[in-house]
Amino acid sequence: MALLRVEKMGHDFGGLRAVNNYNLEVESTQVRGLIGPNGAGKTTVFDLISGIYSPTEGSIVLDGKSIVGLQPHQIAAMGLGRTFQNLRLWRHMTVLEHVKMARYSKISYGLIGAFFGTPRRKREEEEIEEKARGLLDLMGIGRFADQVVVNLPYGAQRRVELARALATEPKILFLDEPTAGMNPEELVQMMEIIRLIHKELGLSIFLIEHRMKMVMELCEIVQALVFGEVIAEGTPEEIQNDSKVIDAYLGREAVH
Amino acid sequence: MVFFFQNLVNALQWGSFYALIALGYSMVYGILMLFNFAHGDIFMVGAYIGFGVATGLVALASMGALALPTWLILVLTIIITMFLTSLVGMMVERVAYRPLREAPRASAAITGLMVGIILETGNLALLGARRVRFPTLIESTTYDIGGVFVTNKKIMIVVVSLLLMLALDQFVRRTKWGMAMRAMAFDYAIVPLMGVPINTIAALTFAVGSGLAAAAGILFGVAYPVLDPYMGIVFGWKAFVAAILGGRGSILGATLAGFLLGFIEIFVAMIFPSTLRDLIAYSIILLILTFRPHGFFGEPYSARLRL
Repeated sequence: MALLRVEKMGHDFGGLRAVNNYNLEVESTQVRGLIGPNGAGKTTVFDLISGIYSPTEGSIVLDGKSIVGLQPHQIAAMGLGRTFQNLRLWRHMTVLEHVKMARYSKISYGLIGAFFGTPRRKREEEEIEEKARGLLDLMGIGRFADQVVVNLPYGAQRRVELARALATEPKILFLDEPTAGMNPEELVQMMEIIRLIHKELGLSIFLIEHRMKMVMELCEIVQALVFGEVIAEGTPEEIQNDSKVIDAYLGREAVH
Repeated sequence: MVFFFQNLVNALQWGSFYALIALGYSMVYGILMLFNFAHGDIFMVGAYIGFGVATGLVALASMGALALPTWLILVLTIIITMFLTSLVGMMVERVAYRPLREAPRASAAITGLMVGIILETGNLALLGARRVRFPTLIESTTYDIGGVFVTNKKIMIVVVSLLLMLALDQFVRRTKWGMAMRAMAFDYAIVPLMGVPINTIAALTFAVGSGLAAAAGILFGVAYPVLDPYMGIVFGWKAFVAAILGGRGSILGATLAGFLLGFIEIFVAMIFPSTLRDLIAYSIILLILTFRPHGFFGEPYSARLRL
């Protein structure tokens, strides 16, 4: 059974058909890609599945349960983690706090614990901090743990975002252009990190990418989205050689 | 010099009222990007609920049903009133603001003004136009400290206010709700994706702000026992000024600005005729804002990120 199954999903923004008849199946531990030109509706697909918008029609089943109409925090709690195309960090909070925030639903101590430092608070805080530091080390940003995120280099900020998404303990991770704005060196590092988390944590990954190199190297199956519709789906090689994709997205001169 | 310290004591008391109310303004503004123009009236509601609770407890005590010393009545009044007023604040959020979360900010501001009017006139309809008298919970004692007269009420007001501010600071730093509030102030839209129910946090923000306003209402009632349904308006506006002066969402800023407002008002009145107090005091504030348009601790920002 697929971990995530989306069937006949469609969405209108006013009179505009942003996404039409969208279907997706992601098996557990699979890495999938979504490509398409600017404005094709890729991020909208992410927003619809993660509950930012509610789809006009269609069904979305995550791990056997329908998630259509659920609040984003409920969907997140059911195992969907995501990052954003533009960095979305809380500027003046520390790296550690970002990761802790993602553990919100697992913090059970309340006012009394917070104010008087009960043993339960101590235990939970230690556990959270240990896990958080473990994640940050995995991302290679452990040394930044207590720094405020605005002071970090760009590549590290992106990894904070990734660590935060992972801290929600997702079953499936949505990455929205994880290498946007990165230089070649940072790009290579990011690809290694994605491979690493896929291997270490056994996650399913669904990623939006502009760079074909990323998609070719990471994804098992790729969809090409144009004007809100999937025009092709297949292995990276198939997509690369699909004439419709070449027309709509890669451009003719790209086939060499 | 004695004269200066006498005014300093008065300024601390006024500043406490402003700061407590400003904190609620600032939190809602910082976390939800919303001016809750009904907040001054929440202060009024708090004062009235406090009046009701205190009167009830005093009656129970005098009937012998509860053998409570008056200081305990005051403590109980503060706790119960803060709780009840928090519920009022949460209701306001649920009914008036949540449906407008994605609406233009002007709509939400107008809604706030309307909620304020509803609370004022609702109070009128409920209790009539007569003013009510806050029961005396503390017998006034005046201490003469080197010529400066300090009443026990003033000390109590300032101490309770500072304790509440400290508690708020710890709440925001140490609890998961406080952490969520801070995160929402920086980037609101992505917080739910971390599994945080933002409606709960929004309601809680209103609850905390309203609770602090309620405390200010009771403390005000202790110092100036005559309450009327429109008492929240001027306080609301001045606290709003303090919240802006402090900087968006800054707890320290709102606190300092609240006290500063108290100081400026009292000291202007010390030098100039008191009829000119607000004219001069708020001209000074205007001047400060000209040079620091984002307030003391606010940082420049353009538009807030939304998904």
